Amino acid sequence: MSALTLTLKISLQQRLDVSALTPERLAGKQPAEIAALTLPYGRQQLRVDAIFDLQGEDTQEIILANGSDKLDYVGREMKSGSITVHGDVGAYAGFQMHGGKLEIRGNAGAYAASGMSGGLMHIHGNAGDYLAAAIPGDRKGMKGGTVIVNGNAGDRVGDQMRRGILLIEGNVGSYCATRMLAGTIGVLGSVGDHIGYGMRRGTLLLTRKPAAMHATLQDCGTHTLPFLSLMFKSFADLPTRFAAIGSNRVQRFAGDIANDGKGEILILQ
Amino acid sequence: MIINGVQIDDTFAEAFNMRGTRVIITAQNLKWAYNAANAMTGFATSVIGCGVEAGIERELTPEETPDGRPGVAILMFAMSSAVLTKQLETRMGQCVLTCPTAAAFSGIEGSSDEVTRISLGKNLRFFGDGYQISKQFGGKRYWRVPVMDGEFITEETTGMVRAVGGGNFLVLAESQPQALAACEAAIEAMRKIPNVVMPFPGGVVRSGSKVGSKYKSMFASTNDAFCPTLKGLVRTELSPDIESVMEIVIDGLTAEDIRKATRVGIAAACSLGAKNGIKRISAGNYGGKLGQFQFHLRDIMSDPSLNDLAPGAQA
Repeated sequence: MSALTLTLKISLQQRLDVSALTPERLAGKQPAEIAALTLPYGRQQLRVDAIFDLQGEDTQEIILANGSDKLDYVGREMKSGSITVHGDVGAYAGFQMHGGKLEIRGNAGAYAASGMSGGLMHIHGNAGDYLAAAIPGDRKGMKGGTVIVNGNAGDRVGDQMRRGILLIEGNVGSYCATRMLAGTIGVLGSVGDHIGYGMRRGTLLLTRKPAAMHATLQDCGTHTLPFLSLMFKSFADLPTRFAAIGSNRVQRFAGDIANDGKGEILILQ
Repeated sequence: MIINGVQIDDTFAEAFNMRGTRVIITAQNLKWAYNAANAMTGFATSVIGCGVEAGIERELTPEETPDGRPGVAILMFAMSSAVLTKQLETRMGQCVLTCPTAAAFSGIEGSSDEVTRISLGKNLRFFGDGYQISKQFGGKRYWRVPVMDGEFITEETTGMVRAVGGGNFLVLAESQPQALAACEAAIEAMRKIPNVVMPFPGGVVRSGSKVGSKYKSMFASTNDAFCPTLKGLVRTELSPDIESVMEIVIDGLTAEDIRKATRVGIAAACSLGAKNGIKRISAGNYGGKLGQFQFHLRDIMSDPSLNDLAPGAQA
């Protein structure tokens, strides 16, 4: 069986919700049934075959042959299989994803990996604001799994993140790891202002010290932490530059001590 | 059956169902991994007095360990899962948590009907008094506990499996140094076999026991039939030329592992041969009534499937 390939054939004017296009929701469906499904498009409902050209039938392996920043909810609640997007996606990519692999060979919009609890998301380009953060009303952001971003990410990365691993190879915006509950965020590039504001637990790993840090992030000195070797070794099979970090010597800041102070910001030396 | 002039008795070792687990201990270098592992497997020769039987299985290279540091694998056996769990926890707390730079990881993976997850560092984390940090990598949970040398790292659980304890054989020789030399050769060969440990000091035990005693308070006492100084006094198992007997006890994760260890151990002892004073190989049992496993020496020494491990008896 060949992968189910969907090629966008119209220029999207409205936002398109592709929640329905996951391996689980399409499992057991014939190509004709998939073509007849309807997707919310702005205020309308459009048939899949009115938007996409369809090829192949393996619903465990879904390919979106081109992308658009208006494709929302790619891989929503997916549990297994894989979705590969050769292009950009809109907001809420991997929303409440439980498992499987979501690969975006382009950029992602806001709220990527929000509510994600398992699986692997790999964004080759940049991610928007609120990566792995909670949507308004939710009390937890990302709850598990692994996210790799080869490019940059926007503001509020990992806001209220609860568990999981978030690896960003580029730069991130302001308010990174704010109100973080637990989990691990790594940033190879630069970070903006107000990192770790209200951070309760969790680890933010940086390669260089930010220009300014809140007074409620307290310096605990420089240490060699063996758990970092364990962590980098566990990245060995992942497509990320984090796996190649050899050093486990870090300066450790604890905080936010205005919010229990069990979190940490580690700066690689 | 005679191998290199050494008589192999037509008898069997009697072994028991046990519970076993493996723990990987790493440290800054092998020296400190051994310090932790030796402490953890110390006073663990026999379940009768120590609760568990334990030993070092082998050294691990940095490539083989989870954290990329040198380490050793230890095996620990007990008669019940409750005792094993308790002993593992207390020994982890007193011997690994305390040892500078040491960390502990699961040595048996998975969870199934065969493998039960038991606590490794799960309760040690409370030593952190609220400053402990949990991390999950690759589906496994680890604990980071702040200690005075930095951080103590331990995996939350390790795997416990059904195992076999009490495999054994006896080396009967013309003198004490000769018996010891044969046992040393046997232990050196047996330490290359995976999944087994020989829990006694240096792998060798000299105080084999029989069931019962003339004293009411004792349920086991010296095995007088194999004591060379009592040859003229009791119903002895020894011929006049035997002056010393030593035993090697083997615990393993499976019966097959014990068969392999028995084969290489006896073959190594026999390689010294009659000319070095090694006269007989025997084994300890309780008439076959108590143990769930029997390891027949002649069967093991003539098993052609073990030929590539060590030479056996010619058919």
